[in-house]
Amino acid sequence: MSSAESIMVSRVRQRQIAQLIASGKRLDERGLTDYREIKIESGIIERAEGSARVRLGKTEILVGVKIEIGEPYLDRPMEAVLTVNSEFVPLASPEFEAGPPGEESIELARIVDRGIRESKAIDLEKLCIIPEKKVFVIFIDVYVLNHDGNLIDASALAALAALLNTKVFNYEMKDGKVEIKPGFTQLPMRNYPVAVTFAEIGGKLVVDPWLDEEGVMDARLTVTFDKDGNICAMQKGERGIFTAQQILEAVRIGQKKAEELKKLMVGG
Amino acid sequence: MTQKVPRKLVDENGIRIDGRKLDELRPIKIEVGVLNNADGSAHIEQGKNKILAAVYGPREVHPRHLALPDRALLRCRYHMAPFSVEERKSPNPSRRETELSKVIREALEPAIFLEQFPRTSIDLFVEVLQADGGTRCAGITAASLALSDAGIPMRDLVVACASGKAEGHLILDLNDIEDKEGEADLPVAFMPNFNAVTLLQMDGMLTTEEFEQALNLAIEGCNQTHKIQKESLKTKYIAIKEETE
Repeated sequence: MSSAESIMVSRVRQRQIAQLIASGKRLDERGLTDYREIKIESGIIERAEGSARVRLGKTEILVGVKIEIGEPYLDRPMEAVLTVNSEFVPLASPEFEAGPPGEESIELARIVDRGIRESKAIDLEKLCIIPEKKVFVIFIDVYVLNHDGNLIDASALAALAALLNTKVFNYEMKDGKVEIKPGFTQLPMRNYPVAVTFAEIGGKLVVDPWLDEEGVMDARLTVTFDKDGNICAMQKGERGIFTAQQILEAVRIGQKKAEELKKLMVGG
Repeated sequence: MTQKVPRKLVDENGIRIDGRKLDELRPIKIEVGVLNNADGSAHIEQGKNKILAAVYGPREVHPRHLALPDRALLRCRYHMAPFSVEERKSPNPSRRETELSKVIREALEPAIFLEQFPRTSIDLFVEVLQADGGTRCAGITAASLALSDAGIPMRDLVVACASGKAEGHLILDLNDIEDKEGEADLPVAFMPNFNAVTLLQMDGMLTTEEFEQALNLAIEGCNQTHKIQKESLKTKYIAIKEETE
Protein backbone atom coordinates (compact mmCIF):
# COMPACT_ATOMS: atom_id res chain seq x y z
CA MET A 1 0.00 0.00 0.00
CA SER A 2 2.40 2.64 -1.18
CA SER A 3 -0.02 5.43 -1.97
CA ALA A 4 0.26 8.96 -0.68
CA GLU A 5 -0.91 8.10 2.81
CA SER A 6 1.29 5.05 3.23
CA ILE A 7 3.91 4.41 5.85
CA MET A 8 7.03 6.36 5.03
CA VAL A 9 10.07 4.20 4.56
CA SER A 10 13.27 6.18 4.99
CA ARG A 11 15.21 6.88 1.81
CA VAL A 12 18.20 4.94 3.11
CA ARG A 13 16.10 1.88 3.77
CA GLN A 14 14.33 2.24 0.42
CA ARG A 15 17.70 2.22 -1.35
CA GLN A 16 18.88 -0.73 0.69
CA ILE A 17 15.76 -2.77 -0.11
CA ALA A 18 15.89 -1.93 -3.81
CA GLN A 19 19.63 -2.63 -4.13
CA LEU A 20 19.33 -5.98 -2.38
CA ILE A 21 16.44 -7.00 -4.62
CA ALA A 22 18.42 -5.98 -7.69
CA SER A 23 21.01 -8.56 -6.62
CA GLY A 24 18.36 -11.18 -5.96
CA LYS A 25 18.26 -10.83 -2.17
CA ARG A 26 15.82 -9.44 0.37
CA LEU A 27 16.28 -7.58 3.61
CA ASP A 28 14.58 -10.36 5.58
CA GLU A 29 16.80 -12.94 3.84
CA ARG A 30 14.01 -14.56 1.84
CA GLY A 31 14.45 -15.54 -1.79
CA LEU A 32 12.53 -13.38 -4.30
CA THR A 33 9.78 -15.97 -4.66
CA ASP A 34 9.57 -17.12 -1.03
CA TYR A 35 6.59 -16.55 1.21
CA ARG A 36 7.01 -15.61 4.83
CA GLU A 37 6.08 -18.24 7.39
CA ILE A 38 2.36 -19.00 7.18
CA LYS A 39 0.31 -20.09 10.19
CA ILE A 40 -3.34 -21.00 9.83
CA GLU A 41 -5.74 -21.59 12.73
CA SER A 42 -9.34 -22.47 12.03
CA GLY A 43 -12.48 -22.26 14.11
CA ILE A 44 -11.32 -19.72 16.67
CA ILE A 45 -14.54 -17.69 16.90
CA GLU A 46 -17.23 -19.99 18.26
CA ARG A 47 -20.06 -17.54 17.58
CA ALA A 48 -19.29 -17.47 13.86
CA GLU A 49 -20.39 -20.24 11.51
CA GLY A 50 -16.83 -20.30 10.21
CA SER A 51 -13.60 -18.55 11.11
CA ALA A 52 -9.86 -18.62 10.63
CA ARG A 53 -6.81 -16.62 11.54
CA VAL A 54 -3.88 -16.44 9.17
CA ARG A 55 -0.49 -15.13 10.11
CA LEU A 56 1.73 -14.32 7.16
CA GLY A 57 4.95 -13.26 8.86
CA LYS A 58 3.70 -10.44 11.08
CA THR A 59 0.63 -9.73 8.98
CA GLU A 60 -2.41 -11.06 10.80
CA ILE A 61 -5.88 -11.51 9.34
CA LEU A 62 -9.00 -12.83 11.03
CA VAL A 63 -11.93 -13.89 8.89
CA GLY A 64 -15.35 -14.64 10.27
CA VAL A 65 -18.18 -16.17 8.25
CA LYS A 66 -21.76 -15.51 9.32
CA ILE A 67 -24.75 -17.18 7.71
CA GLU A 68 -28.30 -15.89 7.63
CA ILE A 69 -31.43 -16.53 5.64
CA GLY A 70 -32.38 -13.84 3.16
CA GLU A 71 -33.61 -13.12 -0.34
CA PRO A 72 -31.69 -14.02 -3.50
CA TYR A 73 -30.65 -11.50 -6.14
CA LEU A 74 -33.31 -11.11 -8.84
CA ASP A 75 -30.95 -12.26 -11.59
CA ARG A 76 -29.76 -15.28 -9.57
CA PRO A 77 -32.97 -16.66 -8.04
CA MET A 78 -31.55 -20.12 -7.38
CA GLU A 79 -28.30 -19.10 -5.69
CA ALA A 80 -27.18 -18.18 -2.21
CA VAL A 81 -25.92 -14.64 -1.77
CA LEU A 82 -22.23 -14.07 -1.10
CA THR A 83 -20.80 -10.84 0.25
CA VAL A 84 -17.25 -10.03 1.19
CA ASN A 85 -16.39 -7.04 3.32
CA SER A 86 -13.10 -5.95 4.82
CA GLU A 87 -12.32 -3.82 7.81
CA PHE A 88 -9.02 -2.05 8.32
CA VAL A 89 -9.35 -2.02 12.07
CA PRO A 90 -7.52 1.00 13.54
CA LEU A 91 -5.59 -1.18 15.98
CA ALA A 92 -3.82 -2.88 13.07
CA SER A 93 -1.70 0.01 11.88
CA PRO A 94 -0.97 3.66 12.65
CA GLU A 95 -2.20 4.33 9.11
CA PHE A 96 -5.70 2.96 9.65
CA GLU A 97 -8.47 5.24 10.81
CA ALA A 98 -11.95 4.45 12.01
CA GLY A 99 -14.77 5.28 9.64
CA PRO A 100 -16.33 4.03 6.43
CA PRO A 101 -14.16 1.72 4.33
CA GLY A 102 -11.62 3.46 2.14
CA GLU A 103 -10.76 2.48 -1.41
CA GLU A 104 -7.95 0.13 -0.35
CA SER A 105 -10.29 -1.75 1.94
CA ILE A 106 -12.95 -1.97 -0.77
CA GLU A 107 -10.36 -3.13 -3.31
CA LEU A 108 -9.10 -5.82 -0.91
CA ALA A 109 -12.61 -7.13 -0.29
CA ARG A 110 -13.41 -7.14 -3.99
CA ILE A 111 -10.22 -9.05 -4.90
CA VAL A 112 -11.01 -11.71 -2.27
CA ASP A 113 -14.63 -11.76 -3.47
CA ARG A 114 -13.67 -12.26 -7.13
CA GLY A 115 -11.41 -15.20 -6.30
CA ILE A 116 -14.19 -17.00 -4.42
CA ARG A 117 -16.98 -16.04 -6.82
CA GLU A 118 -15.23 -16.61 -10.15
CA SER A 119 -13.75 -19.98 -9.14
CA LYS A 120 -17.26 -20.96 -7.98
CA ALA A 121 -15.64 -22.05 -4.73
CA ILE A 122 -18.94 -22.33 -2.87
CA ASP A 123 -21.76 -24.41 -4.35
CA LEU A 124 -24.27 -21.56 -4.11
CA GLU A 125 -27.08 -23.52 -5.75
CA LYS A 126 -27.02 -26.09 -2.97
CA LEU A 127 -27.69 -23.25 -0.55
CA CYS A 128 -30.98 -22.22 -2.12
CA ILE A 129 -33.96 -22.86 0.17
CA ILE A 130 -36.96 -21.67 -1.87
CA PRO A 131 -36.11 -20.43 -5.40
CA GLU A 132 -36.71 -16.67 -5.80
CA LYS A 133 -37.70 -16.37 -2.13
CA LYS A 134 -35.29 -17.75 0.42
CA VAL A 135 -31.63 -18.53 0.20
CA PHE A 136 -28.69 -18.57 2.58
CA VAL A 137 -26.71 -15.35 2.74
CA ILE A 138 -23.01 -15.82 3.39
CA PHE A 139 -21.16 -12.89 4.92
CA ILE A 140 -17.38 -13.10 4.79
CA ASP A 141 -15.83 -10.41 6.95
CA VAL A 142 -12.11 -9.86 6.62
CA TYR A 143 -10.61 -8.26 9.71
CA VAL A 144 -7.09 -6.92 9.40
CA LEU A 145 -5.54 -7.26 12.86
CA ASN A 146 -1.93 -6.41 12.04
CA HIS A 147 -0.66 -4.85 8.82
CA ASP A 148 2.80 -5.89 7.75
CA GLY A 149 2.22 -6.07 4.01
CA ASN A 150 0.49 -8.35 1.51
CA LEU A 151 -2.97 -8.15 3.02
CA ILE A 152 -4.42 -9.62 -0.17
CA ASP A 153 -2.81 -13.08 -0.03
CA ALA A 154 -3.28 -13.37 3.72
CA SER A 155 -6.95 -12.36 3.44
CA ALA A 156 -7.63 -14.76 0.56
CA LEU A 157 -6.03 -17.59 2.54
CA ALA A 158 -7.94 -16.70 5.70
CA ALA A 159 -11.23 -16.45 3.80
CA LEU A 160 -10.65 -19.87 2.23
CA ALA A 161 -9.65 -21.42 5.56
CA ALA A 162 -12.74 -19.93 7.20
CA LEU A 163 -15.03 -21.23 4.44
CA LEU A 164 -13.54 -24.71 4.72
CA ASN A 165 -14.36 -24.49 8.40
CA THR A 166 -17.90 -23.12 7.92
CA LYS A 167 -20.95 -25.06 9.06
CA VAL A 168 -24.49 -24.29 7.93
CA PHE A 169 -27.34 -24.89 10.35
CA ASN A 170 -29.84 -27.62 9.44
CA TYR A 171 -33.41 -26.68 8.64
CA GLU A 172 -36.67 -28.18 7.49
CA MET A 173 -39.68 -26.68 5.76
CA LYS A 174 -42.94 -26.61 7.71
CA ASP A 175 -46.02 -25.05 6.06
CA GLY A 176 -43.80 -22.97 3.80
CA LYS A 177 -41.75 -21.74 6.74
CA VAL A 178 -38.13 -22.47 7.49
CA GLU A 179 -37.58 -24.14 10.83
CA ILE A 180 -34.12 -24.45 12.22
CA LYS A 181 -33.20 -27.91 13.38
CA PRO A 182 -30.35 -28.94 15.66
CA GLY A 183 -27.12 -29.88 13.99
CA PHE A 184 -24.93 -28.49 11.23
CA THR A 185 -23.79 -29.40 7.74
CA GLN A 186 -20.44 -28.53 6.20
CA LEU A 187 -20.60 -25.60 3.74
CA PRO A 188 -20.53 -27.18 0.25
CA MET A 189 -17.17 -26.23 -1.31
CA ARG A 190 -15.98 -27.24 -4.76
CA ASN A 191 -12.95 -25.08 -5.47
CA TYR A 192 -10.01 -23.59 -3.59
CA PRO A 193 -8.91 -20.20 -4.89
CA VAL A 194 -5.58 -18.84 -3.65
CA ALA A 195 -4.08 -15.45 -4.43
CA VAL A 196 -0.41 -14.84 -5.16
CA THR A 197 0.75 -11.22 -5.01
CA PHE A 198 3.88 -9.76 -6.57
CA ALA A 199 5.57 -6.44 -6.02
CA GLU A 200 7.55 -4.91 -8.85
CA ILE A 201 10.66 -3.25 -7.46
CA GLY A 202 13.27 -1.88 -9.86
CA GLY A 203 12.21 -4.23 -12.65
CA LYS A 204 12.28 -7.34 -10.44
CA LEU A 205 9.26 -9.30 -9.24
CA VAL A 206 9.10 -10.35 -5.60
CA VAL A 207 6.47 -12.61 -4.07
CA ASP A 208 4.67 -11.73 -0.82
CA PRO A 209 5.97 -8.19 -0.23
CA TRP A 210 6.14 -7.11 3.41
CA LEU A 211 5.25 -3.60 4.49
CA ASP A 212 8.63 -1.95 3.79
CA GLU A 213 8.78 -3.56 0.36
CA GLU A 214 5.28 -2.29 -0.36
CA GLY A 215 6.60 1.14 0.59
CA VAL A 216 9.13 1.02 -2.26
CA MET A 217 7.24 -1.04 -4.85
CA ASP A 218 6.35 0.58 -8.17
CA ALA A 219 3.44 -1.73 -8.95
CA ARG A 220 1.59 -4.69 -7.54
CA LEU A 221 0.07 -7.67 -9.30
CA THR A 222 -2.21 -10.30 -7.80
CA VAL A 223 -3.03 -13.50 -9.65
CA THR A 224 -5.65 -15.80 -8.15
CA PHE A 225 -5.51 -19.45 -9.17
CA ASP A 226 -8.14 -22.13 -8.72
CA LYS A 227 -7.43 -25.69 -7.54
CA ASP A 228 -6.45 -26.81 -11.06
CA GLY A 229 -4.01 -23.97 -11.64
CA ASN A 230 -6.33 -21.92 -13.85
CA ILE A 231 -6.51 -18.16 -13.42
CA CYS A 232 -9.79 -16.94 -11.95
CA ALA A 233 -8.97 -13.35 -11.00
CA MET A 234 -6.25 -10.75 -11.46
CA GLN A 235 -5.63 -7.26 -10.24
CA LYS A 236 -2.86 -4.80 -10.92
CA GLY A 237 -2.42 -2.06 -8.36
CA GLU A 238 -0.32 1.03 -7.69
CA ARG A 239 1.21 3.60 -10.01
CA GLY A 240 3.83 1.56 -11.80
CA ILE A 241 3.74 -0.48 -14.99
CA PHE A 242 4.27 -4.08 -16.08
CA THR A 243 5.50 -5.42 -19.38
CA ALA A 244 3.58 -8.32 -20.91
CA GLN A 245 6.68 -10.49 -20.27
CA GLN A 246 6.62 -9.63 -16.56
CA ILE A 247 2.93 -10.49 -16.35
CA LEU A 248 3.50 -13.87 -17.98
CA GLU A 249 6.47 -14.50 -15.65
CA ALA A 250 4.23 -13.70 -12.68
CA VAL A 251 1.64 -16.18 -13.97
CA ARG A 252 4.32 -18.89 -14.30
CA ILE A 253 5.77 -18.32 -10.82
CA GLY A 254 2.32 -17.76 -9.33
CA GLN A 255 1.00 -21.07 -10.56
CA LYS A 256 3.72 -22.94 -8.63
CA LYS A 257 3.27 -20.80 -5.52
CA ALA A 258 -0.51 -21.29 -5.62
CA GLU A 259 -0.01 -25.05 -5.62
CA GLU A 260 2.15 -24.75 -2.47
CA LEU A 261 -0.44 -22.56 -0.75
CA LYS A 262 -3.27 -24.89 -1.68
CA LYS A 263 -1.37 -27.80 -0.12
CA LEU A 264 -1.12 -25.88 3.15
CA MET A 265 -4.87 -25.57 3.10
CA VAL A 266 -6.27 -28.84 1.80
CA GLY A 267 -3.25 -31.14 1.61
CA GLY A 268 -1.73 -32.62 -1.59
CA MET B 1 -34.44 -0.50 -23.22
CA THR B 2 -33.58 -3.96 -24.43
CA GLN B 3 -35.43 -7.24 -24.50
CA LYS B 4 -34.08 -10.55 -23.34
CA VAL B 5 -33.92 -13.26 -25.97
CA PRO B 6 -31.98 -16.47 -25.35
CA ARG B 7 -29.17 -16.75 -27.86
CA LYS B 8 -25.76 -18.09 -28.55
CA LEU B 9 -22.89 -15.67 -27.98
CA VAL B 10 -20.85 -17.03 -30.90
CA ASP B 11 -22.41 -18.84 -33.88
CA GLU B 12 -20.93 -21.74 -35.88
CA ASN B 13 -19.16 -19.31 -38.24
CA GLY B 14 -17.42 -17.55 -35.38
CA ILE B 15 -19.70 -14.52 -35.62
CA ARG B 16 -20.78 -12.77 -32.42
CA ILE B 17 -24.28 -11.60 -31.47
CA ASP B 18 -23.62 -8.09 -32.74
CA GLY B 19 -22.23 -9.44 -36.03
CA ARG B 20 -18.57 -8.96 -35.17
CA LYS B 21 -15.70 -11.36 -35.78
CA LEU B 22 -13.95 -12.76 -32.70
CA ASP B 23 -11.09 -10.25 -32.86
CA GLU B 24 -13.05 -7.25 -34.06
CA LEU B 25 -13.52 -4.02 -32.12
CA ARG B 26 -16.87 -2.27 -31.90
CA PRO B 27 -17.14 0.99 -33.88
CA ILE B 28 -15.44 3.76 -31.93
CA LYS B 29 -16.26 7.45 -32.21
CA ILE B 30 -14.30 9.96 -30.19
CA GLU B 31 -14.60 13.72 -29.91
CA VAL B 32 -12.08 15.82 -28.02
CA GLY B 33 -12.82 19.15 -26.31
CA VAL B 34 -16.58 18.80 -25.88
CA LEU B 35 -17.09 20.61 -22.56
CA ASN B 36 -16.72 24.34 -22.12
CA ASN B 37 -15.89 24.64 -18.43
CA ALA B 38 -13.45 21.78 -18.16
CA ASP B 39 -9.75 22.32 -18.87
CA GLY B 40 -9.87 19.23 -21.02
CA SER B 41 -12.58 16.82 -22.08
CA ALA B 42 -13.48 14.00 -24.43
CA HIS B 43 -16.54 12.01 -25.39
CA ILE B 44 -16.31 8.40 -26.53
CA GLU B 45 -18.83 6.09 -28.09
CA GLN B 46 -17.80 2.47 -28.30
CA GLY B 47 -20.68 0.22 -29.25
CA LYS B 48 -23.52 1.53 -27.15
CA ASN B 49 -21.18 2.97 -24.54
CA LYS B 50 -21.42 6.73 -24.23
CA ILE B 51 -18.89 8.17 -21.84
CA LEU B 52 -17.70 11.68 -21.00
CA ALA B 53 -14.34 12.39 -19.43
CA ALA B 54 -13.33 15.80 -18.08
CA VAL B 55 -10.20 17.16 -16.43
CA TYR B 56 -9.84 20.14 -14.12
CA GLY B 57 -6.35 21.27 -13.16
CA PRO B 58 -3.60 21.42 -12.31
CA ARG B 59 -5.31 23.55 -9.66
CA GLU B 60 -5.17 24.26 -5.96
CA VAL B 61 -5.86 21.22 -3.78
CA HIS B 62 -8.91 21.18 -1.56
CA PRO B 63 -8.69 20.17 1.23
CA ARG B 64 -5.18 21.64 1.46
CA HIS B 65 -3.60 18.94 3.62
CA LEU B 66 -3.90 16.45 0.77
CA ALA B 67 -1.34 18.36 -1.31
CA LEU B 68 1.84 16.44 -2.10
CA PRO B 69 5.18 18.24 -1.80
CA ASP B 70 6.82 16.54 -4.78
CA ARG B 71 4.07 16.01 -7.33
CA ALA B 72 0.50 16.70 -8.31
CA LEU B 73 -2.27 14.76 -6.66
CA LEU B 74 -4.27 12.88 -9.27
CA ARG B 75 -7.86 12.26 -8.25
CA CYS B 76 -10.31 10.27 -10.26
CA ARG B 77 -14.02 9.68 -10.00
CA TYR B 78 -15.61 7.03 -12.18
CA HIS B 79 -19.37 7.32 -11.95
CA MET B 80 -22.34 5.81 -13.72
CA ALA B 81 -25.46 7.82 -14.43
CA PRO B 82 -28.61 6.30 -12.85
CA PHE B 83 -30.12 5.83 -16.33
CA SER B 84 -26.99 4.31 -17.88
CA VAL B 85 -27.97 0.72 -17.16
CA GLU B 86 -31.03 -1.50 -17.51
CA GLU B 87 -32.16 -1.14 -13.92
CA ARG B 88 -31.80 2.31 -12.42
CA LYS B 89 -28.53 2.57 -10.55
CA SER B 90 -28.47 4.52 -7.33
CA PRO B 91 -26.40 7.67 -7.90
CA ASN B 92 -24.47 7.02 -4.69
CA PRO B 93 -21.00 5.66 -5.42
CA SER B 94 -21.02 1.87 -5.26
CA ARG B 95 -18.11 -0.29 -4.12
CA ARG B 96 -17.53 -1.17 -7.76
CA GLU B 97 -17.27 2.49 -8.71
CA THR B 98 -14.86 3.16 -5.84
CA GLU B 99 -12.63 0.32 -7.01
CA LEU B 100 -12.78 1.38 -10.66
CA SER B 101 -11.96 4.98 -9.71
CA LYS B 102 -8.82 3.64 -8.04
CA VAL B 103 -7.67 1.39 -10.87
CA ILE B 104 -8.39 4.04 -13.53
CA ARG B 105 -6.32 6.55 -11.58
CA GLU B 106 -3.49 4.04 -11.27
CA ALA B 107 -3.73 3.27 -14.99
CA LEU B 108 -3.24 6.95 -15.91
CA GLU B 109 -0.71 8.03 -13.29
CA PRO B 110 2.34 6.46 -14.95
CA ALA B 111 1.68 8.50 -18.11
CA ILE B 112 1.47 11.94 -16.49
CA PHE B 113 4.44 14.14 -15.54
CA LEU B 114 2.89 14.71 -12.09
CA GLU B 115 6.26 15.84 -10.72
CA GLN B 116 6.01 19.03 -12.81
CA PHE B 117 3.08 20.28 -10.71
CA PRO B 118 3.84 19.78 -7.01
CA ARG B 119 1.21 20.89 -4.47
CA THR B 120 -1.58 20.93 -7.06
CA SER B 121 -4.36 18.54 -7.93
CA ILE B 122 -5.49 17.19 -11.25
CA ASP B 123 -9.11 16.10 -10.99
CA LEU B 124 -10.47 13.67 -13.48
CA PHE B 125 -14.13 12.80 -13.87
CA VAL B 126 -15.44 9.90 -15.90
CA GLU B 127 -19.22 9.89 -16.32
CA VAL B 128 -20.79 6.86 -17.91
CA LEU B 129 -23.95 8.10 -19.65
CA GLN B 130 -24.78 4.75 -21.18
CA ALA B 131 -23.07 1.47 -20.34
CA ASP B 132 -22.54 -1.41 -22.74
CA GLY B 133 -19.65 -3.40 -21.28
CA GLY B 134 -16.06 -2.24 -21.15
CA THR B 135 -16.85 1.14 -19.61
CA ARG B 136 -13.64 1.32 -17.60
CA CYS B 137 -11.61 0.74 -20.77
CA ALA B 138 -13.50 3.25 -22.91
CA GLY B 139 -13.36 5.61 -19.91
CA ILE B 140 -9.56 5.36 -19.77
CA THR B 141 -9.22 5.90 -23.53
CA ALA B 142 -11.33 9.07 -23.22
CA ALA B 143 -9.72 10.20 -19.95
CA SER B 144 -6.22 10.20 -21.37
CA LEU B 145 -7.48 12.34 -24.27
CA ALA B 146 -9.12 14.73 -21.80
CA LEU B 147 -5.80 15.00 -19.92
CA SER B 148 -4.00 15.73 -23.12
CA ASP B 149 -6.70 18.20 -24.17
CA ALA B 150 -6.09 19.98 -20.85
CA GLY B 151 -2.48 20.46 -21.95
CA ILE B 152 -1.09 18.28 -19.18
CA PRO B 153 2.31 16.94 -20.22
CA MET B 154 2.24 13.18 -20.71
CA ARG B 155 4.74 10.48 -21.55
CA ASP B 156 2.22 8.67 -23.73
CA LEU B 157 -1.49 8.31 -24.28
CA VAL B 158 -3.04 5.52 -22.27
CA VAL B 159 -5.45 3.34 -24.18
CA ALA B 160 -7.52 0.47 -22.88
CA CYS B 161 -9.36 -2.52 -24.29
CA ALA B 162 -10.71 -5.75 -22.88
CA SER B 163 -10.46 -9.27 -24.17
CA GLY B 164 -12.25 -12.27 -22.78
CA LYS B 165 -13.83 -15.60 -23.44
CA ALA B 166 -17.32 -16.56 -24.55
CA GLU B 167 -18.49 -20.08 -25.27
CA GLY B 168 -14.91 -21.29 -25.51
CA HIS B 169 -13.76 -18.57 -27.94
CA LEU B 170 -11.32 -15.80 -27.08
CA ILE B 171 -12.94 -12.52 -28.06
CA LEU B 172 -11.95 -8.87 -28.24
CA ASP B 173 -13.81 -5.85 -26.81
CA LEU B 174 -16.68 -7.53 -24.94
CA ASN B 175 -20.09 -5.95 -25.06
CA ASP B 176 -22.48 -6.01 -22.11
CA ILE B 177 -24.02 -9.43 -22.83
CA GLU B 178 -20.65 -11.04 -23.53
CA ASP B 179 -19.30 -9.56 -20.32
CA LYS B 180 -22.22 -10.86 -18.25
CA GLU B 181 -22.72 -14.25 -19.87
CA GLY B 182 -19.21 -15.03 -21.05
CA GLU B 183 -16.57 -17.01 -19.18
CA ALA B 184 -13.90 -14.37 -18.65
CA ASP B 185 -13.21 -10.66 -18.89
CA LEU B 186 -9.69 -9.21 -19.06
CA PRO B 187 -9.52 -5.41 -19.18
CA VAL B 188 -6.06 -4.06 -20.05
CA ALA B 189 -4.74 -0.49 -20.20
CA PHE B 190 -1.60 0.09 -22.20
CA MET B 191 0.96 2.77 -23.05
CA PRO B 192 1.79 1.83 -26.67
CA ASN B 193 5.11 3.68 -26.92
CA PHE B 194 6.44 2.04 -23.77
CA ASN B 195 4.93 -1.41 -24.22
CA ALA B 196 3.70 -0.98 -20.66
CA VAL B 197 0.57 -2.43 -19.11
CA THR B 198 -0.88 0.07 -16.62
CA LEU B 199 -4.16 -1.65 -15.75
CA LEU B 200 -4.80 -5.35 -15.60
CA GLN B 201 -7.79 -7.03 -14.08
CA MET B 202 -9.39 -10.36 -14.73
CA ASP B 203 -12.40 -12.26 -13.61
CA GLY B 204 -13.69 -15.53 -14.89
CA MET B 205 -11.72 -18.64 -15.69
CA LEU B 206 -8.78 -19.00 -18.07
CA THR B 207 -5.98 -21.52 -18.38
CA THR B 208 -2.51 -19.96 -18.34
CA GLU B 209 -2.22 -20.62 -22.10
CA GLU B 210 -5.55 -18.91 -22.76
CA PHE B 211 -4.49 -16.02 -20.57
CA GLU B 212 -1.34 -15.45 -22.63
CA GLN B 213 -3.38 -15.37 -25.85
CA ALA B 214 -6.05 -13.16 -24.30
CA LEU B 215 -3.43 -10.71 -23.03
CA ASN B 216 -1.89 -10.44 -26.50
CA LEU B 217 -5.35 -10.01 -28.02
CA ALA B 218 -6.20 -7.20 -25.60
CA ILE B 219 -2.89 -5.44 -26.32
CA GLU B 220 -3.59 -5.74 -30.05
CA GLY B 221 -7.01 -4.18 -29.38
CA CYS B 222 -5.28 -1.36 -27.49
CA ASN B 223 -2.96 -0.73 -30.44
CA GLN B 224 -5.90 -0.52 -32.84
CA THR B 225 -7.83 1.80 -30.51
CA HIS B 226 -4.69 3.93 -30.11
CA LYS B 227 -4.79 4.82 -33.82
CA ILE B 228 -8.37 6.09 -33.50
CA GLN B 229 -7.46 7.91 -30.30
CA LYS B 230 -4.56 9.75 -31.94
CA GLU B 231 -6.67 10.70 -34.97
CA SER B 232 -9.39 12.17 -32.76
CA LEU B 233 -6.85 14.37 -31.01
CA LYS B 234 -5.44 15.58 -34.32
CA THR B 235 -8.94 16.27 -35.64
CA LYS B 236 -9.51 18.80 -32.88
CA TYR B 237 -6.40 20.78 -33.78
CA ILE B 238 -7.07 20.58 -37.50
CA ALA B 239 -10.49 22.12 -36.80
CA ILE B 240 -8.92 24.92 -34.74
CA LYS B 241 -6.35 25.54 -37.48
CA GLU B 242 -9.05 25.83 -40.12
CA GLU B 243 -11.03 28.23 -37.95
CA THR B 244 -8.09 30.54 -37.45
CA GLU B 245 -7.01 30.59 -41.09
